[in-house]
Amino acid sequence: MADPRQFAVQVEVLLRDGIADPQGATIERALPALGLGGVTGVRAGKSFRFHLAASDDADALVQATVVADRLLANPVIEESVVTVRAADASA
Amino acid sequence: MAPRIGVVLFPGTNCEHDAVLALDRMGADAELVWHGASSLGHFDALVLPGGFAHGDYLRPGAIARFSPVMEAVAAYAAAGGPVVGICNGFQVLTEAGLLPGALQKNRGLRFVCTTVSVRVERDDSVLTQGVPVGTELSIPINHFEGNYTCDAATLAQLHDEERVVLRYVDNPNGSIDDIAGVCNAGRNVVGLMPHPERASDPLLGSEDGTVLLSALLRSAGAAAPAA
Repeated sequence: MADPRQFAVQVEVLLRDGIADPQGATIERALPALGLGGVTGVRAGKSFRFHLAASDDADALVQATVVADRLLANPVIEESVVTVRAADASA
Repeated sequence: MAPRIGVVLFPGTNCEHDAVLALDRMGADAELVWHGASSLGHFDALVLPGGFAHGDYLRPGAIARFSPVMEAVAAYAAAGGPVVGICNGFQVLTEAGLLPGALQKNRGLRFVCTTVSVRVERDDSVLTQGVPVGTELSIPINHFEGNYTCDAATLAQLHDEERVVLRYVDNPNGSIDDIAGVCNAGRNVVGLMPHPERASDPLLGSEDGTVLLSALLRSAGAAAPAA
């Protein structure tokens, strides 16, 4: 097995479609005060960044997905999007 | 002998003394259990009280679910031991998968701190056994994330298996189907947003909470969990 490499992970967590997003709706209602009346579909969520050691891209994605599904998002109400990229040692 | 009730204390829990006091005054022998505990088998019932376990970071209950004690709570529940989660404790039980669904932010992003009427819907859970169905109780709520939700299949299952234990008479937070409390399939794990321990003396404005706590004491007296 290859030596573990470092991967940079980004996880974005948003409420599932159909789950009311009062935070997004409230932000949207505030925008006309900025003179921006044309903004629609505001969704509020969370973004997480971390590094992890994995043998390859596929392994990194599997591990990152475990983190996303089992801790960062509650699958009952939220969904997550996981992005993984190789990070050099200085990252 | 007085039923021994363990009241689980996470960092950030803040209703533990209220729960212990209310239970003790009703004849229980309640004691605090630190979230690092791994052995719970000597208790006749467990209460996960309200508060902000682990600061409610990430989501209420999301980190608490990984506290060492939760493995023991799961084993205790699986063995049939009575477990009640109040408010934040309810959130912890859903995050831990011991109860279905999730508690999301209240409708309208409104923090609610008031006294509500809840109707007892089942008389066979550990928190309501022997309480006539239809009984209305006046009990305080105090939460931001108490808006119970679940998918349609789970809701249908809750109906089919008659696991909605308590409903709000006048829905304060947007909970689906007015749900204030649910139980597991074994009816020995119950979660509810209202705080019965805060309605345990006339000086508090209501003692209706003692109806539920008495039922829990009866359940505790009858339970002999092996975990």
